[in-house]
Amino acid sequence: MSAAVLIENLQKSYGDVQAVKNISFTVQPGEIFGLLGPNGAGKTTTIRCLCTLSKPDAGKIEVGGVSAIALPKAVRQRLGYVAQEVAPDKVLTGRELLKLQAALYHLPQKIIGDRIQQLIEVLGLEEYANKKIGTYSGGILKRLDLAAGLLHQPEVLVLDEPTVGLDIESRMVVWEFLQELRAAGTTVLITSHYLEEIDALADRLAIIDRGVVIAEGKPSELKDKLGGDRVTLRIREFTSDEEADKAKHILESLPFVEEVIINAVQGNSLNLIVKSGQSSLSKIEQSLAEVELPTFSLAQSRPSLDDVYLAATGQTIMDAQIAASSTRDLKKEKKQQMK
Amino acid sequence: MSQSISSSKIKSVLTPNPSISKNSEQNSSLGDFIQETLALTQRLFIQLQRRPSTLIAGIIQPFMWLVLFGALFSKAPSGLFGTDLSYAKFLAPGVIVFTAFSGALNAGLPVMFDREFGFLNRLLVAPLSSRYSIVAASTVYIIALSFIQTAVIIFASAILGAGLPGLAGLSAIALIVFLIVLGVTALSLGLAFALPGHIELIAVIFVTNLPLLFASTALAPLSFMADWLQVIASLNPLTYAIEPIRYIYGHGDWAINSIVMDTPWFGFSFGTVILVLLAFDALILLAIQPLLRRRFA
Ligand SMILES: Nc1ncnc2c1ncn2[C@@H]1O[C@H](COP(=O)(O)OP(=O)(O)OP(=O)(O)O)[C@@H](O)[C@H]1O
Ligand SMILES: [Mg+2]
Repeated sequence: MSAAVLIENLQKSYGDVQAVKNISFTVQPGEIFGLLGPNGAGKTTTIRCLCTLSKPDAGKIEVGGVSAIALPKAVRQRLGYVAQEVAPDKVLTGRELLKLQAALYHLPQKIIGDRIQQLIEVLGLEEYANKKIGTYSGGILKRLDLAAGLLHQPEVLVLDEPTVGLDIESRMVVWEFLQELRAAGTTVLITSHYLEEIDALADRLAIIDRGVVIAEGKPSELKDKLGGDRVTLRIREFTSDEEADKAKHILESLPFVEEVIINAVQGNSLNLIVKSGQSSLSKIEQSLAEVELPTFSLAQSRPSLDDVYLAATGQTIMDAQIAASSTRDLKKEKKQQMK
Repeated sequence: MSQSISSSKIKSVLTPNPSISKNSEQNSSLGDFIQETLALTQRLFIQLQRRPSTLIAGIIQPFMWLVLFGALFSKAPSGLFGTDLSYAKFLAPGVIVFTAFSGALNAGLPVMFDREFGFLNRLLVAPLSSRYSIVAASTVYIIALSFIQTAVIIFASAILGAGLPGLAGLSAIALIVFLIVLGVTALSLGLAFALPGHIELIAVIFVTNLPLLFASTALAPLSFMADWLQVIASLNPLTYAIEPIRYIYGHGDWAINSIVMDTPWFGFSFGTVILVLLAFDALILLAIQPLLRRRFA
């Protein structure tokens, strides 16, 4: 059976910006696949190439074994696409937009009405379907976009950062819906810069950073591969630099501690990587007590996806996110896009 | 959100079904083309219905042209615009064609805004049978608007003393309006795909619109013009639309081989003028093809 989506050595530049340097990953039929990466990592660029909106400079793209470059129309038929930025026609009602969408995908006239009604019901849009889209909230708009993307019962639904800017409740609605969609057999490809989102939803994921894939696999695999456990320690609520340094020094000499990092942003809390085992916490507390340092809080956890990203890039996704968003010139990109 | 529906129903609604649309390879794509064109046209009409200001302005404007230009030349010596041709009669064809032309020239604007707002992506990720359906939808829409405007102009001109062409004449006018609108709409859409943004498109519309009006025979006959302007006006497609309509207004007994247009070089019959307009349309439709096919970066 061919992969639902296959992307191999994809490259795409905008002028002299290499948005995608080399991206490869495979999505298996029926799974939710997450593309995780901070702002500017190249997620949207990858998705635009997949959905035949832009032409890659190099690389292979296949959907169900069909090349998106050679047979774009066949690929368009197989994909549903929910864009990062919703582009509603404010004057139309939700139902009118769905009717337009149904015609663009050439649904037979006699099933269109029923099909639209089914999606309106499944997505809980009954109350809104006959109102103008201009009156919708962000969450409702996303649901309408989901309905539009699924109208033609595509094999693969592609969602680009579907929950950015949504309130928590709307986000949960989208998550639950994507799980139902997977249960019904639709393959889902979702991009996000929210770790929790990918962790909660994805069967497998690829982490991308600056246009390259830095890890691919199941969330649990990636975390296990890192090895060790993570320990977060606060000596006091706000620890002084001297005390933090002192603690770091002592903890580093413990045999089961692999690394100690002082997190200045978090009031000099200490992040430790320790060998997996049960008694680390009590030993840590004990060695601190020996030099008369208190313990305000102490917690041990399995590595998270953020730790995977951190290990590969040396910074957390949140930090990368903040750094990237301050350097991007969105106006210029928009202009470039129009060329 | 889906508490009210049984989960088995959800499942059947969401399960992939590649054959829901008729298989695109074996299906004659003409049906698909018509389906998508009608849907896109319908969207434009819903927009018009809910934001009717374009239509209202589009009817008031030619009416003002008629009244103002009519008044401007109302004391011109009789016979100046040709024997037996009052200025009202002379003006009506110019205003009909120019109004249709302006409307068609603006056809690209909504598409440009769709591009800028990202709505066009919806169309581009869909398996359209041809992107000419976007052109076709705009053309149908502009044609309908132009016909409404033309009807109003013909009616108003009749009141202002231009008379009323017969049924065959009216049909011929409709054909000519259709041909000029088709070519210019396609041109404007081509620009909407090619130019970087709506500012640039508006600039192009702005520098084309009035010069093409004045470099045509809409407001004054060729014989009034400087020689160089006569040459330009004789190459201007608007002239090829205006002159046959003017002939129809002036002659009840026009025929397909009547010479309806004089240029510095030779005269054109009604049939030839139609061929010229057809060639103009074909040229533009061919020229914009690569722009439509291009994938948008
Ligand atoms: N049209 C464009 N013109 C110029 N540069 C672009 C364009 N689109 C993207 N880029 C650049 O390419 C890189 C990848 O952008 P892309 O939009 O694919 O990232 P992303 O992962 O989707 O980020 P976000 O989380 O902001 O959506 C960025 O550095 C961006 O500045
Ligand atoms: Mg993006």
